[in-house]
Amino acid sequence: MLQVSGATKIYNGQTIFSRLDLSVASGQFKVLVGPSGCGKSTLFDSLTNVINLDQGTISWDNKELIHLGSHAAYMQQKDLLLPWFSLMENALLPAKTGNQNMGQMRKRAKKLFIRLGLKGYESHYPKEVSGGMRQRCALVRTLMFNRDLILLDEPLSALDAITRRSLQSLLLLLQTEFKKTILMITHDIEEALLLADEICLLSPIPMVIKERFVLDWPKPRRFNDPRLLEIKEHMLARLEKDLTCETG
Amino acid sequence: MKLANFIAAALVMGILGLWEGATRMMEIPVFILPPPSSIFATAIIKAPLILPHAATTFSEIILGIFLALCTAVPLAIAMFAKPTLEKALAPFLVASQAVPVFAIAPLLVVWLGYGIASKVFMAWIIIFFPITISLLSGLKSCDPEYRVMFRLMGASFYDTLILLYWPWALPQFFAGLRVGVTVATIGAVIGEWVGAQQGLGFLMIQSNARLQVDLVFAAILWLTAMGLGMWSLVGFLEKKIIKWK
Repeated sequence: MLQVSGATKIYNGQTIFSRLDLSVASGQFKVLVGPSGCGKSTLFDSLTNVINLDQGTISWDNKELIHLGSHAAYMQQKDLLLPWFSLMENALLPAKTGNQNMGQMRKRAKKLFIRLGLKGYESHYPKEVSGGMRQRCALVRTLMFNRDLILLDEPLSALDAITRRSLQSLLLLLQTEFKKTILMITHDIEEALLLADEICLLSPIPMVIKERFVLDWPKPRRFNDPRLLEIKEHMLARLEKDLTCETG
Repeated sequence: MKLANFIAAALVMGILGLWEGATRMMEIPVFILPPPSSIFATAIIKAPLILPHAATTFSEIILGIFLALCTAVPLAIAMFAKPTLEKALAPFLVASQAVPVFAIAPLLVVWLGYGIASKVFMAWIIIFFPITISLLSGLKSCDPEYRVMFRLMGASFYDTLILLYWPWALPQFFAGLRVGVTVATIGAVIGEWVGAQQGLGFLMIQSNARLQVDLVFAAILWLTAMGLGMWSLVGFLEKKIIKWK
């Protein structure tokens, strides 16, 4: 279980977030939705040791940590595949740097390639495949980290709508099949509604959690589910109000 | 590309044609400015004389490049790994470039003798700088997002260097090497002018004194061919190694 309590970050005199509490239960899929520039990425940066929190604690399985460096895998909008390696070699990077049994890891990566629809592309180079394929490979690499917690920072926002749909179902696999604990940031409300067990709606800077939505009905879900549409309308209304307050 | 080739060829032919025509029409004596045709003829006919000199110069350059690679690559990596080291050494690197090599060439001959050593040293100090600087800036240009990913993987500096930084820096390293191999010729030839017993620079000085201007030009022609050859070899290696571009 991930627990962030009292997190505070002040950057150049501006409070990005202050005394923020957030927790993700083991096996939970939690999604943060908020306007761009609200400080979501700053929160992720402090979780992944790019920056330090000014105040507050991060703990994983009740152990207090400075950052989640060795407990979390991270996937973001950019696929970050290395162009000089084939897709398979890219997927094996976490194994290569972690001195792990390569034979075993290769077998695991091959299985994941099949499961995530990349079979036959093992020896292709990143520039030879589509953006969706590259992001699938980044997903395999994320799984090869072999960590229980996965941080997703708008992983699909660079993809076209059709590709995004098919990858959303793969993101769901992270929870249902690979039993990961997931914290995701997204702009896409529909994506959040399809995937999340709980959605936190965030305010513009300074970032606070304005509202929580617990979605406890089963997945996969359908877009036209009237319960989802209702929440969607509500969230959009809240976000809109923020924006008009900001300009007014 | 084809048009570019055509323009380049036309330019060369134009210049050579003008040169040939001018020397013949104005009846310029061969010991002042020989026509291109006689330079090419000399370069080929006198090849048995020129080749041993060319071989000397060539080995000086190759040894200089080799030395420069052996020193510049570890230094650039060390400066990249330890920014304090970079800050401490940067002024010396710049100073080493501010000192004109021409000025210290005679000293090098005094210290290292008339043999190959002083020329190798000259070539080395000339190439060393562009390789170090370009490799260092290549290493530093690595996208921070990739670094974060490697840090999350728990990768050591060595792993990150091999898998990320080094391939990332390769294009800039090759750019530096290309500059290096062409200017290396200058270092070796200046070294030979100042004092040598062998080499194309030595041949040029000797022939110049005897008013064998066609031989001077023939030596320059061989030098140019050598420089172009090494330039294209580096380009070839670059294409072979950096397949992902």
